[in-house]
Amino acid sequence: MTLLHWAIVSPFLFAILIPFLYKAFRNVHTGWFVLLLPVALFTYFFQFIPITRNGDTVKETLEWMPSFGINFIAYVDGLGLLFAMLITGIGSLVVLYSIYYLDKKKEQLHNFYVYLMMFMGAMLGVVLSDNLIVLYMFWEFTSISSFLLIGYWYHRERSRYGAQKSMLITVFGGLSMLGGFLLLYLMGGTFSIRELVVQADQLMTQALFLPALLLVLLGAFTKSAQFPFHIWLPDAMEAPTPVSAYLHSATMVKAGIYLVARLSPVFAESSVWLWLVGGVGIFTLFWGSFNAVKQTDLKGILAFSTVSQLGLIMSLLGVGAAALHYTQLDENIYMVATLAAVFHLINHATFKGSLFMVVGIIDHETGTRDIRKLGGLMNFMPITFTIAIIGAFSMAGLPPFNGFLSKEMFFTGMVRVLEMDIFNLDTFGMIFPLLAWVGSVFTFIYSMLLVFKTFTGKHQPEKLEKKPHEAPLGMLISPIILASLVVIFGFFPNILSERIIEPAVAAITPSLIQEGHAVETHISFWHGFTPELFMTFGVILFGVLLYLLLPSWKKVYTWIPERFTLNSFYDGGLIRSERGAKNFTSGYMTGFIRTYLVYIFSFLIAISLFAMWFKGAFAIETKDLSPVGVYEIAIALLLVISSVTILFAKSRLTSIISLGAAGYTVSLFFVLFRAPDLALTQLVIETVSVALFLLCFYHLPQLSRHEERMRFKLGNALISIGVGLVVALFAISSYSSKLFESISKYYIENTHDKAGGENMVNVILVDFRGFDTMFEICVLAIAALGIFSMIKLRLTRRDEG
Amino acid sequence: MKTNDVILQTVTTIVSFIIILFSIQLFFAGHYTPGGGFIGGLMSSGALVLLLLAFDIKTVNTILPIDYRLLTAIGLLLAVGTGAGALLFDVPFLTHAYDYFHLPLLGETSLHTAVIFDTGVYFVVIGITMTIIQTIGVSE
Repeated sequence: MTLLHWAIVSPFLFAILIPFLYKAFRNVHTGWFVLLLPVALFTYFFQFIPITRNGDTVKETLEWMPSFGINFIAYVDGLGLLFAMLITGIGSLVVLYSIYYLDKKKEQLHNFYVYLMMFMGAMLGVVLSDNLIVLYMFWEFTSISSFLLIGYWYHRERSRYGAQKSMLITVFGGLSMLGGFLLLYLMGGTFSIRELVVQADQLMTQALFLPALLLVLLGAFTKSAQFPFHIWLPDAMEAPTPVSAYLHSATMVKAGIYLVARLSPVFAESSVWLWLVGGVGIFTLFWGSFNAVKQTDLKGILAFSTVSQLGLIMSLLGVGAAALHYTQLDENIYMVATLAAVFHLINHATFKGSLFMVVGIIDHETGTRDIRKLGGLMNFMPITFTIAIIGAFSMAGLPPFNGFLSKEMFFTGMVRVLEMDIFNLDTFGMIFPLLAWVGSVFTFIYSMLLVFKTFTGKHQPEKLEKKPHEAPLGMLISPIILASLVVIFGFFPNILSERIIEPAVAAITPSLIQEGHAVETHISFWHGFTPELFMTFGVILFGVLLYLLLPSWKKVYTWIPERFTLNSFYDGGLIRSERGAKNFTSGYMTGFIRTYLVYIFSFLIAISLFAMWFKGAFAIETKDLSPVGVYEIAIALLLVISSVTILFAKSRLTSIISLGAAGYTVSLFFVLFRAPDLALTQLVIETVSVALFLLCFYHLPQLSRHEERMRFKLGNALISIGVGLVVALFAISSYSSKLFESISKYYIENTHDKAGGENMVNVILVDFRGFDTMFEICVLAIAALGIFSMIKLRLTRRDEG
Repeated sequence: MKTNDVILQTVTTIVSFIIILFSIQLFFAGHYTPGGGFIGGLMSSGALVLLLLAFDIKTVNTILPIDYRLLTAIGLLLAVGTGAGALLFDVPFLTHAYDYFHLPLLGETSLHTAVIFDTGVYFVVIGITMTIIQTIGVSE
């Protein structure tokens, strides 16, 4: 294990220590210990920047299951590093924030930090693994730990609901993704992403390529809350706010983005990829921002805004794939989309993290997150207000914050879709810039709602639980750092571009870089009078207009009735599938043995007939048959008569006697076919069993002792006739097709010479095959002891007595 | 009601001995003619059942104070022991051996380890039959 491996698993190892630290130092907030680790990790990953900047990568292999091709390969390139720094950097800030947010006396801090560290380690593993199976393992770790974090306040019903929902949806996606990975392995013969990328051209032509693509995308879309799988994210807001800030804005939801970006070199040449990633992304952008406006809960707004922003990044990644088809262009104008995706990824993590923390502060200091109760907080919490303004304006895409820059690049990318002439983009491509623009208008509206409904307007102290005041300094540190990053990246975007963005873009589109297309990562504030600038003007204009007129068009949201929403589909689907499964089970599991026997026998008939028909196995061969004598016919008639009597007898006594008759007839058969040992045994055993039957008959309860004939049921008759026929057919067929000689000759020759006996049956029983006999007498002994204990051991009666 | 079963009881005392003898004959002749441990055991328990029918369970228990569950266990032990004994001679489990010996009273006789195994079967069969019949017999 190298240092890099230790760094990835260190959060897991540290998580083991946390409960002990919690117990040992009850006076110190556990978060202070935890804070050390992400800070250390962040500094550690910071040192990789010079390496990736030169275009180098770090790859360390730790053998795990080499025979399956599953090894823990830690791989650091621009993309992985960017994510690792986001995870550890924002992780540090969130831990710091949580120290002031969570009360050390009231909360179960050891649980919280164990889950959080598990999550951090899992995320690091996801972004730094080169092996698909290891990636999948860490991926599921993130699902599990986020499930635990969402359900952190497990005594609340809504928390449990949200946790279950996110678990079901993300694990559904995770499992599909595993399927996709396995298909990739089948095609490429390796689990390593690096090696798959090398084979990308050859993979394209295979039949499994499309299923693999769809399954992998399903995993990415569920994790990244893309339409229609976004419904878990708003319900995940029941988690403590630091968790929402960390998982549901900066890290976990970006795992899907990471996956799409990471596997872009494998899949991106396909038109399905471009249309699905781009199309679903742009629609999610629109749908998320549209729905965010109607939310009244601050975290609800942020949840939908996260959905929408993730859609934005996703659509950029999809559109960026078009760059692969225009390699002949000197200045590849489509690269800007990928560039914008990476840039916006960073920006979103900064402003969304700070906004979540702001909302947490408001919740903490006023006791509510409902915008209908809030208002006029500007004077009480000026610092929080400033941070909120910076975050929200950046989210809305206003200058001079970083959101403005990435939004401009986003528009650039979307407008350039119009110039493409592949995959029908020249006809349908119009929806990209259109939806992008409409989505941005709504983004503007909810960003304004978030700030102005909370901080301006009338103060309503009677609706608040607490008297509002400014948050403690410790709680403000993290959002201040994030907000200042928003401003810094806004004014000096190029400190990022060469160091971080360029290596990340190089990792997403390696083939283009190899062909010598320099990535133009210089981000400039001023493009001149381009269409995207006018689009931004339009966004601001329409945004302000619609924001002011909000009360008059809010009715739009009632157009979709409650029962047609995605949530009610999810809830209804869950209820229906449970009810369906229950009905199905109670439908065929009747509890009656006769029903189960019907199933068993029908299946026996069906499967035997099918097997004989399918294999063409039925055969009749008459040359082996022995002549039939008069005794055989007579005894057979006796047997038939007694069997028929059993079936149609009115009294049970008659049936028992007929059964005995049948048994004695069988022993006559044994005599006739020269099996004296069998005949003797059959006689005695038949006697004993008839005596036992009579005993049972004598003890039948008096109440329901009707003497009546067995009732006729057509189904039962058909099934029994069927079983009889099938078994008879089988017997005839197998007798007719003997494949080899019997081995009985050996016994005949050796009974005397080797075993010193004359009675071959007995010699076989005790000598040649004595092992069977040994266990048969065991069976008898068990039966006897069973009867003994069944009769003697009467626990219920002992209780009564 | 007390019935006088003197005929049945007298006949039983004679007949049960004959049955026992027959069963022992079946058992010992098993290796050469039809018979063996299983049928011999059933026959012996038939004699015991006849005794049970003619007299009552208590009387039979005083005449033959046998714990039939213990008999079953001894039978199983004999069968397994015969098999395990083969291991002492470095041959596979349940390998039998036989040879001809000159015994004082019986003359030239063949002795076979399979007979010990069969004795195990014999005991088990008597044991289980009697356990079942006695258990059911004494239950109300």
